[in-house]
Amino acid sequence: MAQRRRSKGPGPSQGELLAAEEDFAPTQSASQVQRSLERLSPAQVDQKVSELVQYLLVKDQKKIPIKRADILKNVIKDYRGVYSEIIKRAGRTLQQVFGLQLVEIDPKHHIYILVSNLPRLEVENLKQDDCTAKLGLLTVILSFLFMKGNAAKESAVWEMLRRLRVDPGVRHEVFGDVKKLVTEEFVRQKYLEYNRIPHTDPPEFEFQWGARAVKETSKMQILRFVAKIQNKDPRAWSTQYTEAAAEEAAVGGLFQDVNTPGDTGGASQGARRRTW
Amino acid sequence: MATQMTDGHRRFLQVLMSHGIMEGSVARTLHRDCCEIHKVYYAHDKLDDFINVVNIHVQPFFMQIRKGMSEDDGRTYYALVNLAETEITKMASDYTENELELFRKTMDVIIISESGFASSTDILNLADQLKTKKMKKKEAEQVLQNLVQDKWLSERDGEYTLHTRCIMEMEQYILSNYQDLVRKCNICHSLAIQSQVCETCGIGMHLPCAGKYFKAQTEPHCPHCNEFWPHEIPEINRPDSQLPSSALRERRRTPSSGTRRH
Repeated sequence: MAQRRRSKGPGPSQGELLAAEEDFAPTQSASQVQRSLERLSPAQVDQKVSELVQYLLVKDQKKIPIKRADILKNVIKDYRGVYSEIIKRAGRTLQQVFGLQLVEIDPKHHIYILVSNLPRLEVENLKQDDCTAKLGLLTVILSFLFMKGNAAKESAVWEMLRRLRVDPGVRHEVFGDVKKLVTEEFVRQKYLEYNRIPHTDPPEFEFQWGARAVKETSKMQILRFVAKIQNKDPRAWSTQYTEAAAEEAAVGGLFQDVNTPGDTGGASQGARRRTW
Repeated sequence: MATQMTDGHRRFLQVLMSHGIMEGSVARTLHRDCCEIHKVYYAHDKLDDFINVVNIHVQPFFMQIRKGMSEDDGRTYYALVNLAETEITKMASDYTENELELFRKTMDVIIISESGFASSTDILNLADQLKTKKMKKKEAEQVLQNLVQDKWLSERDGEYTLHTRCIMEMEQYILSNYQDLVRKCNICHSLAIQSQVCETCGIGMHLPCAGKYFKAQTEPHCPHCNEFWPHEIPEINRPDSQLPSSALRERRRTPSSGTRRH
């Protein structure tokens, strides 16, 4: 799997090797961090926190996940000793000022994304442009994957899209190179995973939800989307409904106390409702 | 006095961050919606106070929500700008070395020109002479398209000028780097990329500012030297009128016969 990622990802091919060396943030005890902190002036540490916040915002604007190795190389530099403190404060600032949460989507390779902390609305008034169309396409794909049991073969996804007049083999008016958008851009942004199915020859691939999709939306939201299109109650799909409700309960009361307008029986109510 | 960030402020900030720049009426609607959704105190005429709260909190990160005016239609725009003005920081991560060089050289042409525009021919010639790495025509055309999409340049009839967002973001940088080569509007004293210039004393004005200043005067005179103002005065239309830019475009082509900037 690491093999495939290296060839498909952006950035230098030897990046993985270099990254392993640069991605060294010494693990220190709390008291060691405290002592390192005391040697630096508060202004110096604040400066680093501020630089990190700016860096994270700029990187995340493009939805490319941020590697810890890059953070250490480009921002932290000589302040590695207090890395944990800097990242903690940066995370707090992002929440307090921007309503954004710094989420580590890959604890092994230390990769981060920013996710909005604010209660999700039914209609988001973020930029309406090609991005909206892309997110629409993505939502359709995520829905298909979920309804199919959380994974689907590449061929099945293309077949589904063709029925919607989006053909991976034909240049699309809005999406351009559809295959590239779905298998590269969405994958790079961690909205989708594109994995080789083992023991297939010629190699076949399947799609699954990516880590960013898991954070930015939920099974219940997607199920509601499907239900809305088909004009049915989400409970018409009992397997999926059970699964979505379980996910909500596991996530806990994140949205329990929020009453958002136009809330079609929002996540909050879903969490409280007992279905089994 | 409320100086705390609320979820209303955070949502406003997130939306503005994703747009980059936003027209005044859109910003006012967003202000209202954010306050409504998060049950935050709302007064329709207090958008600037609301924005000040945000600015207090983003200032440590060299960010600021700024209010500016479009040189094309005179409308108010709000943009989230980066104040670190030592170099073109935000662009640096999006563009390669030679793309940045092309942009800087294009900006030179735009600023030094009479009209505030650079033709696509001019720019393609620049692409061919880059020091970092020459760029072919097709590549340069793609870069121009990206610059327009990212709102650094705006295009009109095959000619390019600086986008309102670019002017707002880089005003400090431009003023300090170009100094006497740039013009400031005599009326509002902000940087003027497109302008009408007095042929006698050389002062300049934004087209919308000229429109407002000379409104309904049959014989407009230069506010500085009192000579006859030789340009057609742009008509200032109501903000929701469809015509402003095309109306202003016609005026721009009126010859301001070979005045040199000094």
